[in-house]
Amino acid sequence: MAFGPFLLLALMEGLVAASVLALTASGLSLVFGVMRVVNVAHGAFFMLGAVAAWFVTQWVPGPAAVGFVAALVLAPVVVAGIAAIADRLVLKRLGYDPEATIVATIGLLYILEQAALGLYGPDARPVAAPFDWRIQLPWFGYSGYKLFVVAAAAAVLGALWLVMTRSRAGLVMRATQVDRQTAQAFGIDVDRVYAGVFALGAGLAAVAAVLVVPIQQAHYLMGGDPLLMSFIVVIIGGLGSLRGTLAAALIIGLSDGVISMFFTPTLAKILATLAVAMVLVFRPQGLFGARP
Amino acid sequence: MKSLALHLSVLAVLCALQFVLPSYHVTNVARIMVLAVFAMGYNIAFGYTGLLSLGHALFFAAGIYGAGLPVHLLEWTSGPAFLTGLVAGGVAAALVGLLALRTAGVSFMIVTLMFAQAGYLSILYFGRWTGGDEGFPMGAVGRQVLGYDLSGETPRYLTALGLFAVALVVNLVLVRSKLGRVMVAMRENEDRARMLGYDPFRVKLAALAISGLYAGAAGAGYAMLFGYVGATFGGIQYSILPMLYVLVGGAGTVLGPLIGAAGMFYLIEAASEVTEAYLMLVGVILIVGVVFAPKGLLGALRKVWPWLP
Repeated sequence: MAFGPFLLLALMEGLVAASVLALTASGLSLVFGVMRVVNVAHGAFFMLGAVAAWFVTQWVPGPAAVGFVAALVLAPVVVAGIAAIADRLVLKRLGYDPEATIVATIGLLYILEQAALGLYGPDARPVAAPFDWRIQLPWFGYSGYKLFVVAAAAAVLGALWLVMTRSRAGLVMRATQVDRQTAQAFGIDVDRVYAGVFALGAGLAAVAAVLVVPIQQAHYLMGGDPLLMSFIVVIIGGLGSLRGTLAAALIIGLSDGVISMFFTPTLAKILATLAVAMVLVFRPQGLFGARP
Repeated sequence: MKSLALHLSVLAVLCALQFVLPSYHVTNVARIMVLAVFAMGYNIAFGYTGLLSLGHALFFAAGIYGAGLPVHLLEWTSGPAFLTGLVAGGVAAALVGLLALRTAGVSFMIVTLMFAQAGYLSILYFGRWTGGDEGFPMGAVGRQVLGYDLSGETPRYLTALGLFAVALVVNLVLVRSKLGRVMVAMRENEDRARMLGYDPFRVKLAALAISGLYAGAAGAGYAMLFGYVGATFGGIQYSILPMLYVLVGGAGTVLGPLIGAAGMFYLIEAASEVTEAYLMLVGVILIVGVVFAPKGLLGALRKVWPWLP
């Protein structure tokens, strides 16, 4: 293949990765923005979403598309429920102390991963894609489902943006983010908001996972990579800034796709992790965040 | 006086254990002592100075590869190899510290995590020399100390005990030194310590570098005693383990890391016989520890015996 089409393929793969990443990272960013909690278990919620999708598609009879749609609805709800319980049982007791919650969510990560290992087993299992179209470009054929992933991620992110900026729930979340005490004084049930935000963040990771699972199999350790990449994106984009997260996901996803294809995925990850460390040290508000 | 007697008796008990225990457990206790040295180093940063790092696997791996690579590629002997491992750990920690200590709290945790992750990925990337995922066995020349072969049970146990004893004594001296007290002051109230004329950056950097030397020594010792060098030791799990040991045993106590390492080692081993998902125990203990007993076992004991160092 000539260089041009090869680059196009790398960019398209990068775009798919970027859209899934944007969805996952927006959950992490939301939780950090509103609750000031760095959720190390975010990758585990991603993995739970994929595993739940596999269970749902096993139970639902009929064509693959029906099972997939059921998974797309049910898996995030289940994962969000688990997250809400974790928030009530653990994070709330810690008073959302930033350092203690990191240690606790590391613990949560182990528990969720090992629970998945116990219930689901150590094998990687595929979930059938809801449809199987191929789009034939002049140089290569491309999976229609992957393009659907991009569109679906964009739709969910658009909905999230609408909720955050236009709805009452979004207003309440933003109010809690800006000033917790004042929000409480105005009669906002901050505990409920926190539980809801934590659940929503986990749910977003689960949606991303359900979208990705027909491309990449479900496995109990699959959460590590999305976690690392989401961290990278959220930090480079500016902690808690949704717009920055989106921009950073595009940059990281596309460059990751290109570097992975022309060099190796490991090199791409080394460069990205070093970039994050440098951003945090020299520009802690992120590349797109405003100075606090 | 009490505290000196306590530590001497702990060393004496550890020395006696090798004659009492069956050989399987002798190997285990040797491993625990090396891991306890690693955890002691973590404790110097976290327990005393209040630096919660998620990147100590990098310093441990620097020790392991610092000792392992010269033996593997250049056929160095054990003495210089151990020294390079020790220094590699300290230098890695100092370099990370130079950058990471410009941040604090959550950012510090993430920066250290990212550096450690970059280090781990680099080990995989340069697989031609490091052996990547599979690693390599430590060469026999690197496992001879004063004519004794460290793969033998008794020399191995005594070397581990020696390493642990030196680490313990240095730790005790450090805690009583001026630097040790300033480190605690940084943890308790950085602003006040700064007003008293101490430079927080330099104190923290020194603490982190010492912590890295411990991790490097533990890593080098681990490679030489157990004969294996591999990328797994650079993975995030090896940043979590020392934190777990310290949390369980008691942050800011000299013997806490040993107690935490021994307790967790045998707990995990017992659990792994029952179920495949034994690491769940790690998760449960992390959460229970941080929610209900943030001071660990010795931290709780200190209320009864306030003289515990």
